[in-house]
Amino acid sequence: MARHRELGLTDAEYELIVVKLEREPNEVELAVFSLMWSEHCGYKHSRRLLRTLPTEGPKLILGPGENAGAVAIGDGLACAFKVESHNHPSAVEPFQGAATGVGGILRDVFAIGARPIAILDSLRFGEVAGSPRSRYLLEHAVAGIGHYGNSIGVATVGGEIYFEGPYEQNCLINAMCVGLIETDKLIRSAAAGVGNVVVLFGARTGRDGIGGASVLASAELGDADADKRPTVQIGDPFEEKKLLECSLELLDEGLLVALQDLGAAGLTSSSAEMAAKGEVGIDLDVRRVPLREADMEPFEIMISESQERMLCVVEPERVTAVLAVCDKWEVNATAIGEVTGSGRLRVFDDGDLVGDLPVGALVDECPAYDLEPAPPAIPIYPPPPRVLGEGLDAGATLLALLGSANLASRRWAFEQYDCIVGSRTVRRPGQSDAAVLRLDGGGALAVSIDGNGRRVAVDPYRGAVEAVLECSANLACAGAEPLGLTNCLNFGNPEKPHIAWQLTRAVAGLGDACRALGVPVVGGNVSLYNEGGGGPIYPTPVVGMVGELPDPARAGRLGFAQEGDVVALIAAGWSPAAAGSELAKLRGEALEGELPAAELGELRALHAAVRQGVRSGALRSAHDVAEGGLAVALAECSLAGGLGASIDFGAPAGEALLFGEGPGAFVVSAAREALARFGSAARVVGTVGGDALRIEGVLDVPVAELARVHAGGLADLLR
Amino acid sequence: MRARVLIRPKAGILDPQGQAVERALPALGFGGVSHVHVGRLVELDVEDPARLPEMCERLLANPLIEDYEILSGEVSAR
Amino acid sequence: MRFGVVRFPGSCDEVDALLAARLVGEAEILWHGDTDLKGVDAVIVPGGFSYGDYLRVGAIARFAPVMGEVERFARHGGLVLGICNGFQVLCEAGLLPGALLPNTSLRFVCRQVDLEVVNADIPWTRACSAGERLSIPAKHTTGRYYAPDPVLDEMEANDQVVLRYAPGSSFNGSARDIAGVCNAAGNVLGLMPHPEHAVDVLTGSVDGLKLIGAAA
Repeated sequence: MARHRELGLTDAEYELIVVKLEREPNEVELAVFSLMWSEHCGYKHSRRLLRTLPTEGPKLILGPGENAGAVAIGDGLACAFKVESHNHPSAVEPFQGAATGVGGILRDVFAIGARPIAILDSLRFGEVAGSPRSRYLLEHAVAGIGHYGNSIGVATVGGEIYFEGPYEQNCLINAMCVGLIETDKLIRSAAAGVGNVVVLFGARTGRDGIGGASVLASAELGDADADKRPTVQIGDPFEEKKLLECSLELLDEGLLVALQDLGAAGLTSSSAEMAAKGEVGIDLDVRRVPLREADMEPFEIMISESQERMLCVVEPERVTAVLAVCDKWEVNATAIGEVTGSGRLRVFDDGDLVGDLPVGALVDECPAYDLEPAPPAIPIYPPPPRVLGEGLDAGATLLALLGSANLASRRWAFEQYDCIVGSRTVRRPGQSDAAVLRLDGGGALAVSIDGNGRRVAVDPYRGAVEAVLECSANLACAGAEPLGLTNCLNFGNPEKPHIAWQLTRAVAGLGDACRALGVPVVGGNVSLYNEGGGGPIYPTPVVGMVGELPDPARAGRLGFAQEGDVVALIAAGWSPAAAGSELAKLRGEALEGELPAAELGELRALHAAVRQGVRSGALRSAHDVAEGGLAVALAECSLAGGLGASIDFGAPAGEALLFGEGPGAFVVSAAREALARFGSAARVVGTVGGDALRIEGVLDVPVAELARVHAGGLADLLR
Repeated sequence: MRARVLIRPKAGILDPQGQAVERALPALGFGGVSHVHVGRLVELDVEDPARLPEMCERLLANPLIEDYEILSGEVSAR
Repeated sequence: MRFGVVRFPGSCDEVDALLAARLVGEAEILWHGDTDLKGVDAVIVPGGFSYGDYLRVGAIARFAPVMGEVERFARHGGLVLGICNGFQVLCEAGLLPGALLPNTSLRFVCRQVDLEVVNADIPWTRACSAGERLSIPAKHTTGRYYAPDPVLDEMEANDQVVLRYAPGSSFNGSARDIAGVCNAAGNVLGLMPHPEHAVDVLTGSVDGLKLIGAAA
């Protein structure tokens, strides 16, 4: 096979490279192009679509295109955040894949000068009940995330885990990071200043991840993935901790012109992107790069994905000071090149020129392809297996849902994460629908990460809208107003029309929802080609949202708080349905039907009302009705608060009301008088108290039984 | 000289890593395995091997909870 | 009261310890490479993953230049508090008896635990009463306290067992549910749970202030 095809380039792309170089590329140059023009680095199939997302807003400071996005949070401060995927490496080596995913997103945040304060993770696997492989991936991915986040001392404060058959061969590991920075200290990555020095600092360079980006992320995983193990990167959080402190100190002292972290495609993409943004050139000497392995070839040094490395641009007279700071933190630092006016990335091996590439061709002129979407003619996904018995009453159905892998307690996972380091965590996992972190100036941030691939599979447009609404609803329950959104688009092979259709419809839904809620997209990530012999993953747009609240002491809680409080439903435009619901899944129903339409203006007002109710202290608890429907939401409030409730809907409560799903409803508890402000939008349905969840005429289940099933649902499937 | 130091948990102290491995092997079809312990290997080129025990006592092992064994005798690896 | 909080490469909770100490006195960072304790009244060796937990938890940190001074300070009766990784470092340094081993479950666990004050007579616990319960978060992979039985017997006879996990609270398999111990003189206390993360109602309980502020 032609070398360029081995590296993932099409014949047409190869010909284009020859045109842009005005000659055939040599091995170093071909390796560089294969990575820069890979789907993972070049966003070939998604770039045009992503441009349709709203990226402006009054609080937006840094939008898509930089290492991370940022929004203003008052007092001269900005909050930086982004989500990224590390799906393909994690399928091969889940511990290191997940760990280095966390490492990578941390670096993206401190590369713009922000100190990371929180991590969240969104994970998807096949059903662990029947799959030792999915169990293995889950256990090791969670261990890897914990290992990296805990060791580096950044609190992991939230996340989600889903189990669905279509993720069996292609697990999803998305990691989000949130950081803080003084707005005027934000540093960008554009290289500048001809004659300035390019300094590489951090870990030594080895053969980690050689060919990782192009080989793994731009192709469907086949049977040969065991051979891909050598390309997995190994992370060292201790090294990253030193790197983080070193980077922040360098920025604090004003020693850097530009900063960029080394991620996918290593030195190649960092130097090319820095040069492209600055409209300059960069000369690099690979012989100066500190190596961990002997005899590395120039192309290996350029594409190595060894972790925990950063690239910076420094004025010549400041280099000594930079090296001194790195020395203090015991971080290797070496001048490896300089900024030129040539507009070219030139790679030297000692004195020999081994690669000479036009920067524009590598970055901005990377081909972009139009998708050719077409709705699927036949169902893409098989119905999930039926696991629920026949003829269960509502109480038994509720218990079955609470004990199902998607709804059971995640305590097994989140207790493996340090959620309190940094002394900012006001709401820990399980206490509220969003994590809450306090700010030094008195206010607080709330963060949530959400997405439901199965519902997006039923209807990519409405499912994607729901993901945005879910985040906003979770923030509202904590008392927070959304500031910005980051997204990771996890999809199958976009060259297939039905996948292109999913992607196009989902991005349209994302965009419309963001516009309607007034929330800008600050950046994100795309992971395509997530499919194997068993078919594609569910289309899975994962949304991470950051919001602000003025008084952390009034941050919302999800659990019923006090005996005697009334339980109410605050809803608008809520029409829960069976399509895409957890109950439909447990019944083995095909993925069809209609998701409810969402009236976005109405929902925006609803979220604002709940948010105000929480902020004022009127609502003692607030929880949005999501997966599992209303009965599950009520059970979750009972479990979190340790208090039962007596509920009466006044009329026979059908399945749609109890277990149907769709946006637009919140379960709240409050003193009766406190609900007056909501008028008819709040419908009192019962009272907090007792040791059971009772829904008149429907079910009567002791809280202890709910707890037993909920606690064991996932934990019992694992070690 | 190339030395290798094996460090293992002291007998009598609970070794959950060893137990985890001992439980996992039969599940993969390997019977007849018992008394599994998991420790650490430190390899080093050393000019004065007589100082190895002291290195072990002071840094490489914690004598309260670990036993060590020094294996040595080859010429330096590199 | 002036606290010095040691910072090693890899320390994570030193800033939290600093913030907590500043609620009850003054506090500053003591860099691992310096040998100047700056005349502080008490030293806190904080939590985290000093030196990446390489070789053995606390094994490399105990040889940091600052630790020579901390050892001298402790042997002259200076107040020292070792939290989590700090406890591990103090055991490696021989300032406290015993050692910390991997949790029986082999997993990192982050959980609020209930502690029982066994010895309320050392400087660090004199704001507590014997038998009092403290709610404090614990988060570690290597917190199983161990010492040979004769040593444990002696420690108990000497009132060196200062804190125990309340029944049902331990997740690490510590011998005799020991959560915190002191040296014979009582001026050095080490514990696995994190009192510096229990100093503000906003983020949890305030029981940790009783320990950190006791000596102030």
